[in-house]
Amino acid sequence: MSTFDLEPLGEDALLLRLGDHIDPAVNRRVHALAARIAAASPPWLRELVPAYASLAVFVDLDLPCPPGIDPITVAMDGLRALVPTPDTAVPVAADDDAPFDIPVCHAPDFAPDLDALAAHAGLSREETIARHCAGDYRVAMVGFAPGFPYLLGLDPALAMPRLATPRTRVPAGSVAIGGAQAGLYPREGPGGWRLLGRTPLAVFDPVRVPPALLVPGRRVRFRAIDAATFARLARAPA
Amino acid sequence: MSIEVLSPGPATTVQDAGRPGLRHLGVASGGALDPWSSALANLLAGNAPGAALLEITLAGPTLRFAVATRVALCGAAIEADADGTPLPSARPIDLPAGSVLRLGRCLGGARAYLAVRGGIALDPVLGSAGTDLRGGFGGVHGRRLQRGDRLPLPPVDDRFDTPSLHVPGWWIDTAVDDRPAGDEAIVRVLPGHDATTPPAALFARTWTVAADSNRQGLRLQGEALAVADARERISEPVVPGTLQLPPDGQPIALLADAQTHGGYPRIGHAIRADWPLLAQLRPGDRVRFTPCTRGAAHDALCRQRQRLHRIALALDAKRTRA
Repeated sequence: MSTFDLEPLGEDALLLRLGDHIDPAVNRRVHALAARIAAASPPWLRELVPAYASLAVFVDLDLPCPPGIDPITVAMDGLRALVPTPDTAVPVAADDDAPFDIPVCHAPDFAPDLDALAAHAGLSREETIARHCAGDYRVAMVGFAPGFPYLLGLDPALAMPRLATPRTRVPAGSVAIGGAQAGLYPREGPGGWRLLGRTPLAVFDPVRVPPALLVPGRRVRFRAIDAATFARLARAPA
Repeated sequence: MSIEVLSPGPATTVQDAGRPGLRHLGVASGGALDPWSSALANLLAGNAPGAALLEITLAGPTLRFAVATRVALCGAAIEADADGTPLPSARPIDLPAGSVLRLGRCLGGARAYLAVRGGIALDPVLGSAGTDLRGGFGGVHGRRLQRGDRLPLPPVDDRFDTPSLHVPGWWIDTAVDDRPAGDEAIVRVLPGHDATTPPAALFARTWTVAADSNRQGLRLQGEALAVADARERISEPVVPGTLQLPPDGQPIALLADAQTHGGYPRIGHAIRADWPLLAQLRPGDRVRFTPCTRGAAHDALCRQRQRLHRIALALDAKRTRA
């Protein structure tokens, strides 16, 4: 791809598309592109919303413009000048940022799908946990619910289709696998991913600053903890 | 100083102008589904257009006001009385202390807005006092109103009091634009990423609003649509107004509480100036879509803002004379 797709997304956003499939390398470029645009801080920029292989750029519709020009056109021209060929022109940072550590307790009450996941992968329970904790993950995007991270980097052996019928109630903090993706539920709610443990961390708290621990592009690791540690961390202030 | 909720109505929430700018964290834009009617109600009550107020869906709550205040109802026509005296919409109403305001069914439209002088004084969460039902925060504990809730009002303002109910003889024109109201709402649509087959099929059909619609989206029913390219898609950002097409061919018009990302084809985007029309559609109502350009969408939005500013100026002038 020598140039990138740039299309309007409704009235006040543009969508830059770098690919049409889930690929960690493409997603890294999405975050590098977002960082480049954020660093330039053009006056029309309202918000950057990354996805797997695309980036929504929200534009200030109240931007003062010359007659006959609208803010979307200004933003389009600005983006083309800023990122002429994002495949090559936007360097992706080295993988040396410190991962955010997510403690996970795999006690049976917290991990209703762990045995099914182990059987599906042809692994023991312990080996399944070890492989999940060995993964080097990145937050590809945050969506579905406030603070819900879609993580890339899952060991392919642990991939497992979602439940045919989603649960109506997934407890807050549930660490989960959905297809080839990993994630975790910040808040109790419905969900169809396979649950293999629970974290005591409040990964999203709307009244905390900052509200989200896991932001798009963040590197993440899981670390196994026992039930006593879970209880201690659950009592500790965030 | 507060408003006591004697009965909550089926789906009453506190809303305001929402919390834009947090979609990268998975947080919905939120805010009043009908920003036009909520702004009018606020202006009539003497507030800024985006002050916190009640959004009432299909039927309203019964409320007791501890202090004298000024309220206004806009949006869907709604049965209303204060201690038995019927109340009209679209004008400021002065309620004496101890009034019980009973709101009944919405008669035309799906959502009525009740603004209270000074706004509902809830602490903002992530920059907004509005309720995020899926996130479970904002408003009153992130949920719909319940019996016994108390909605805090701003500190007592000794400049306002009324010994008795006062309903002025004037009202404002609440029409959102110049288009005549018909049996079917006409909603203007910008092109989306995905073409239907045949290309104009969305515009050729009449759609009926399904009962399982909510603040996240309006589910529409009609002759099933198909996209030209039916391959699976990965999730991409979506916005309020996006028309999604799930595999069953029945479009969903995303509203203010829309999720931030979606994997369904996007066959169009309802323009902002017509979000008030979408918000007022009731289950069973019919809607048609018509194509629109970005320039026409911008003009429509500017004209709507201009209308709002003129109403605000007229209300200011009236208050100054009074």
